[in-house]
Amino acid sequence: MATNSALMGFVHRRRRGAELFLLILALLVGIGAYAAVGLGVEGEVPTNLIGYGGWLTLLVVAAHLAVRKVAPYADPVLLPVVAALNGLGLAIIHRLDLAKETGLASQQLTWMTLGVALFIGTLIVLPDHRLLARFTYTSGLAAIALLILPMLPVLGTEINGARIWISVGPFSFQPGEIAKMLLVITFAGYLVVHRDALALAGRRVLFLDLPRGRDLGPILMMWVVSLGILVLQRDLGSSLLFFGLFLVMLYVATERPGWLVVGGLLFFGGAAAAYRLFGHVQNRVDIWLDPFADPDGTGYQLVQALYGFAWGGLVGRGLGEGMPERVPYAESDFILAAIGEELGLTAVMAVLLLYGLVVERALRAALISRDGFGKLVATGLAAVFALQIFVVIGGVTRLIPLTGLTTPFLSYGGSSLVANWVIIAILIRISDQARRPLPDLNEAHDDPDDQATQIVKVIPG
Amino acid sequence: MSELTLFLVRIAYLAILWIFVLSAISVIRSDMFGARVPAPAGPGKQPKPPKKAPTPRRGQPTQVSVVQGVNTGITADLANAPVLIGRGNDAAIRLDDDYVSTRHARIVSSGGQWYVEDLGSTNGTYIGSQRLTQPVPVGLGSQIRIGKTIVELRK
Repeated sequence: MATNSALMGFVHRRRRGAELFLLILALLVGIGAYAAVGLGVEGEVPTNLIGYGGWLTLLVVAAHLAVRKVAPYADPVLLPVVAALNGLGLAIIHRLDLAKETGLASQQLTWMTLGVALFIGTLIVLPDHRLLARFTYTSGLAAIALLILPMLPVLGTEINGARIWISVGPFSFQPGEIAKMLLVITFAGYLVVHRDALALAGRRVLFLDLPRGRDLGPILMMWVVSLGILVLQRDLGSSLLFFGLFLVMLYVATERPGWLVVGGLLFFGGAAAAYRLFGHVQNRVDIWLDPFADPDGTGYQLVQALYGFAWGGLVGRGLGEGMPERVPYAESDFILAAIGEELGLTAVMAVLLLYGLVVERALRAALISRDGFGKLVATGLAAVFALQIFVVIGGVTRLIPLTGLTTPFLSYGGSSLVANWVIIAILIRISDQARRPLPDLNEAHDDPDDQATQIVKVIPG
Repeated sequence: MSELTLFLVRIAYLAILWIFVLSAISVIRSDMFGARVPAPAGPGKQPKPPKKAPTPRRGQPTQVSVVQGVNTGITADLANAPVLIGRGNDAAIRLDDDYVSTRHARIVSSGGQWYVEDLGSTNGTYIGSQRLTQPVPVGLGSQIRIGKTIVELRK
């Protein structure tokens, strides 16, 4: 935890101006896409462009002002990148709305408003990310409680074969999205206290230093319980996500590469077992291996997505010119297929780069963070983000078998959007703390013995 | 809406997208190299050169020694920090005390202050009657109890 920035002899600038500049470009990306959709589908600029653009601008400016006020040293790239992704996602959902005559985009805009409000709220309530370390076990418990919620009889609802939703009134919510953030905090809080014991104490089995049961036990239990719940709910994507998250954080905290080997073996073992035990896993793998075996039945979604990518080519059909509505769930899991069809490989690569930038900035915040907890939380959040993107985009592009997860910030889905805005708020908080110049302590207490005794005025109480 | 206009709209939008990506990258680039060194505050007020680090300051411990127990008299130099205390062969202070774990505790320095940290030992590390659950600052003469042994920091 050496103070890197101090050693290298520079302080980070605030860069709020750069952030504002990037935000204006991000708004251009979001509103431009909306206008282009109107032009492509209806042949004219949409009539509510001013209202829509004004609302988007208001949200972005509010977020920017909050960052300026309460996190002045925060990373200048994170907020614009997620604002651009969110704006692009809204436009694509709107484009699918026009094709399918649904009203998802306005709902998504409501969720985005809530997300930005929570983003600002998190930044204000959380002046220092280390406060989260107090809630190590509380958040672990809360995560497990949230994961169990959908299995309760009244609250939980089953949508598309996975029981991962709770519905309260007209709203349905996916508690797993919040749980992943809470689990990162739990793992980080536990590992930062116990990592020496985990890394040093214990015995060596073959090539691996196994930690003692009582060091690893609590966190292992937490992880097994959450993973077990997800397997019972048949939420493959999230189980994969939590498994990878646990492994990455353990590896980063203990610096033992052996964990990756053990984790890799466990993963292949678990995957093989899941393939044998669960019919729907076999289904997914079969579709992945040969989607054209049943192009009108099980393979329909993936085949349509692949056709979409192919038809889109390098620069796409143009917004409103393609047929992305042919892909089932194009607005949620398969939103990248819609982007690939209408905007082509060029835009898909831009989107991937933007995701890469988010992960890079999160890891950068982890590198320069001065406290172990901040480092671990930032790494964990970066890992969650990267894994989620890999799993969902890999699935859509037929690199790996498809598992249902939302594409962060792009997909339609309130819980995911809100949770991701809070994740970005925590990352911005960590980067703000990390980039803030160190207070000058050299002069203050040099050597207490050298200082002359002073007469201090006592203020009568 | 003619085909050409739509084509131009599409290309223009892709250009905007990439301009955004490239600007974000260029901000990151300038963030890396553009961070400025704090300006030296004029010729008269040069920042004080750091104190000679090798000579330990007055009142700072330089070694840790066993003051009570089977291994009384063993010392270890704090210059080789972190100092590991335990029954294992790799410990800087190796104790033949049955109540001591292989890697029992260690003494580390952070920001000019020495801390003792329990490494998850079986019987615990105590200062006074207090069992350590986290790194605790120790000064000269603080008695750290490890099993049946007492260790303290000395000049």
